[in-house]
Amino acid sequence: MVVKLADNIISPLGVTTEENYCAVKAGRSALRLHEGVPGIPIPFFASLIDETILNVEGDYTKFERMCIQSVAAALAQCDIDASSDRVLFIVSTTKANVSLLAGGRYSALRDLPSAVLPGVAASRIASYFSNNRIPLVVSNACISGVCAQIEAMRALEHGLCDYAVVVGADVQSPFIVTGFQALKAVSTEACRPFDRDRKGLNLGEAAATVIYGRSDTECDRWQMVCGAVRNDANHISGPSRTGEGSYLALRSVLQKIEPDDIAFISAHGTATLYNDEMESIAVERAGLTDTPVGSLKGCYGHTMGAAGVLETLLSMCAVDDHTVLGTRGFENLGVSRAISVSSENRTTDRHAFIKLISGFGGCNAAAAFKKGGDR
Amino acid sequence: MSLIKHYVRIIGQQPMDGSHPTTYNNVCLDGQILVSNASADTLLADIYKEHINDYPKFYKMDPLCKAGFVASELLLNAEGRRQEQWGESRGVVLFNAASSLADDRNYQATIDDPETSFPSPSLFVYTLPNVLTGEIAIRNHFYGETNFIVLPTFDSDAMASVMEMTFSDGSLRSLVTGWVDCYSETDYDVLMFIIERDAVSHRNELSDEIKRLWVN
Repeated sequence: MVVKLADNIISPLGVTTEENYCAVKAGRSALRLHEGVPGIPIPFFASLIDETILNVEGDYTKFERMCIQSVAAALAQCDIDASSDRVLFIVSTTKANVSLLAGGRYSALRDLPSAVLPGVAASRIASYFSNNRIPLVVSNACISGVCAQIEAMRALEHGLCDYAVVVGADVQSPFIVTGFQALKAVSTEACRPFDRDRKGLNLGEAAATVIYGRSDTECDRWQMVCGAVRNDANHISGPSRTGEGSYLALRSVLQKIEPDDIAFISAHGTATLYNDEMESIAVERAGLTDTPVGSLKGCYGHTMGAAGVLETLLSMCAVDDHTVLGTRGFENLGVSRAISVSSENRTTDRHAFIKLISGFGGCNAAAAFKKGGDR
Repeated sequence: MSLIKHYVRIIGQQPMDGSHPTTYNNVCLDGQILVSNASADTLLADIYKEHINDYPKFYKMDPLCKAGFVASELLLNAEGRRQEQWGESRGVVLFNAASSLADDRNYQATIDDPETSFPSPSLFVYTLPNVLTGEIAIRNHFYGETNFIVLPTFDSDAMASVMEMTFSDGSLRSLVTGWVDCYSETDYDVLMFIIERDAVSHRNELSDEIKRLWVN
């Protein structure tokens, strides 16, 4: 089986997974209004990392420093030789070092710094740990963090590596913020997932790392059970009206995990009108309306490439703590299907959860995780 | 016996000095040269008009999607099974090095000078490489796995490994896959093909075959 060996989260709420979990459980959020940011004329609500918390020395971009620091913190928890070619680095990101394009500094293609290419950025991150194996960059929009974990699980199951280091991150540069503003997808206040008054998403910055390995014996570790990726085949930037891809991904995952074992579904819950409605339809179609559903976007905003990893790790902490985390910003159910969302933390004695996520390009993913072996 | 039954190769490269490219085979389908000596800036639209021509959304696409979409159409026409209901049994997994760089640069230009221009939502939606896998899924009603993997450089071993891994998904019977890299409207490079589930148990042979089609 594929088990979690170590992890880390770096966000405005803390530089360890534990700090982040405690902050979320206490209902804290790093979302606030940002005004006068160079390159972003319109004020925006976001959760941004202050560079003073980043301690990596050397000629690295903010994106690379976030990734390196998070991976280093995770590696420090386990006895793995990261330089081995049996260790595969998988980077989950949507825009990596795109901010290097800013300001029209490089009008000619040949003058661009190579680190603008995500694969080169990933190599720089892996090389920091003396790992020379070709890294994979999963760039599957907002679902990258779950897809990257699915690739890690598969690589381990196929014996293509002995350890997989998955790191997800994105920097909220003017590139991304102005783009989401142009799409009119952002809320001008703290986001309200699944609420009837939700007005759109907030953007956020984080880096999250999970290291997976194989184990036949250890039953006290978190296990990645399965995952599935499905396309809506409907629209490149809008969710399916029938929740097709998310439903199909959930249906696939439910072949390998019992609904009665599931403590909760950690949904995407971006707080856009269409995403949250779509997820409610998918959850209902999958027969999971009795299963608690939650979103962490009210604490972190949408952290893009980090989201799938960050939300998986915090869900593991929550199950360990017998807790279903409340959905910050939620008050009154504002989706058409009667799913079980709460603003308050709830208790649970179950040992598994599903991470559900969807993104541009019509892609959707679901993955199931459980604590311990077969109990 | 070859593991790859249908493949398409599209090369668009404009010399830096703007002169017409020298003798060049731009488009090759299942080993047959379809177009040669064409100019990179008109090639994709020309193929669209001659071989596709029923999907006006093509004209809204960014350069990466145009290149990948045209390749997928030629490929799926050659396969000759366009009427089938694929459901979850077919996925699309593509690879490149430049991610969505061509469109990223075009979008960046719309935000570099707030005095003269506004952020373009229609350019922004294409600043993700996996929008291409989405476009192909939408056109063909493929509900299976779609994913986009960026590599430091073209690497057939890494690609063959990911293809093999993708078939861990028991619903998947075949994949539209390959390399679709695009740096600008006049600089793109495509090797796209279809593989069936039984091909991926031969990972090393698959890698060799990808490499052979790439350099030819």
